[in-house]
Amino acid sequence: MPSGAGAPLGMLSSSIRLINLALPPLPATLTAMQILLDAQHIQQTIRQLAQRVHADASLHNGHALALVGIRSRGEILAQRLADEIARLDGHSKLEVGALDITMYRDDLSTRAAITIPQGTEMNFRLDDRPVILVDDVLDTGRSVRAAFDALVDFGRPRFIRLLVLVDRERREYPIAADYVGIKVDAPDPEQKVLVRLRPTDDEDVVYLQT
Amino acid sequence: MTAERTWTRSHLLGLEELSADEILSILDTAQSLKEVSTRSIKKVPALRGKVMVNLFFEDSTRTKTSFSLAAQRLSADVIDFSVSTSSVSKGETLRDTARNIEAMGVDVIVVRHRSSGAPLLLSQCVECSVINAGDGSHEHPTQGLLDLFTIRETFEARGKKISDLHVAIVGDIANSRVARSNIHALTKLGARVTLVGPSTLVPGDMKKIHPNIAIAHDLDAVLPQVDVINMLRIQFERLTSAAFPSVREYSRFFGLTHERLKLCRPDVLVLHPGPMNRGLEINTNVADGDHSAILRQVSNGLAVRMAVLYLCVGANSVARNLA
Repeated sequence: MPSGAGAPLGMLSSSIRLINLALPPLPATLTAMQILLDAQHIQQTIRQLAQRVHADASLHNGHALALVGIRSRGEILAQRLADEIARLDGHSKLEVGALDITMYRDDLSTRAAITIPQGTEMNFRLDDRPVILVDDVLDTGRSVRAAFDALVDFGRPRFIRLLVLVDRERREYPIAADYVGIKVDAPDPEQKVLVRLRPTDDEDVVYLQT
Repeated sequence: MTAERTWTRSHLLGLEELSADEILSILDTAQSLKEVSTRSIKKVPALRGKVMVNLFFEDSTRTKTSFSLAAQRLSADVIDFSVSTSSVSKGETLRDTARNIEAMGVDVIVVRHRSSGAPLLLSQCVECSVINAGDGSHEHPTQGLLDLFTIRETFEARGKKISDLHVAIVGDIANSRVARSNIHALTKLGARVTLVGPSTLVPGDMKKIHPNIAIAHDLDAVLPQVDVINMLRIQFERLTSAAFPSVREYSRFFGLTHERLKLCRPDVLVLHPGPMNRGLEINTNVADGDHSAILRQVSNGLAVRMAVLYLCVGANSVARNLA
């Protein structure tokens, strides 16, 4: 097990840390947005996650680590984590990949709209490589299940660990993350956790929409 | 990928009815799926449990093989409905044939037919997806898409968009469904198109499709101006004897030879939908030369057909969920 496996960096419930947006007040009928992480906290959280991944380097047995982000926000998060890890240790070999799970989802027959895939980009071999699968939000666990299927089509990793920025504790499949940024208690399916990350988005912010 | 693209069609009958955004949705999906064919495990589970039927009323080896392989790479099951040995030769109507096939639990029918409009008719009498693999002289949409994909891929690497390009389509335009699908797709994305051939094979009314279309009868005059040359096959099976005096004369005026290639821009792209009549519309050293993307067209055809199958079968599932 990694040193701090499972333990979140900060525990948040939806009732605390209410920061008002600098926007005109919304009509009562519209949805309310609550900021879970602002830009400074996101940067801090990414740095702490990078430190914990780096502290577990001994587990990698000298093999070059791969950070594989699930498209699209997971890919950005993986790149930013890689930048932070490189800052901690400029010598460590690190690969970054982007995984498209559209073709592996289990809801082709039940979903309401079709998804245009963005493609997988992994320019390295997965065989015998330690892999950290990266996503912005861990929710039902279905995306992660699809990601496992997608990953093993590329090879047989030494191990796969899961890193998420936000763990929304609302699981439908038995999946747990090894590295967690924050935990959010938002059991209502109507609530949505929205992550925006630079440089793809124009700001760093995590919202809870209720 | 920039804009949020969508797709809602259960059938692909032609490119004429598609918007530029819909065409780009297919090309972007194909771009994503191209990587699957480079893996050691060349398969994704997207259409697991779905069934595709090839219903070909005209001979075809490469298109049928390409569709079959595309379906298999998406984990669908594939059945070939062989027309010559079936009840079609006993007088069954197209409608009855299709409905019987559908009753077996099929999700998508890929159809090729000598009559223009047969896939449209089919789509109106079945619930499953219908994909046109060539109908008469109407359209061959997946060929048009794979040509467009190959053009985009080549020129994007050189920093050019399709709307920057001038494409010559050379040969028997009148009888060519490949030409029609190319013309619709290219003009929707803003390319200039010049149709080249003897006046008997290049009907003047094709110009009415779009203001970006020009017609020419002198290939040598067109060659220095274009970025892409799409050489169509001489379709002996469709030609009447009056179309041109002799094959040799056609070849002399409209065949793409090594000498003619010297008239072209140094980075010109040469396409051919295959199968080639080597030495007639295209010379061997041009077909196998540096400018030719003919084999890349075949590989791209696989990715494009995977994209079309995924999008149409997926959209049909979505439509049934919402119904």
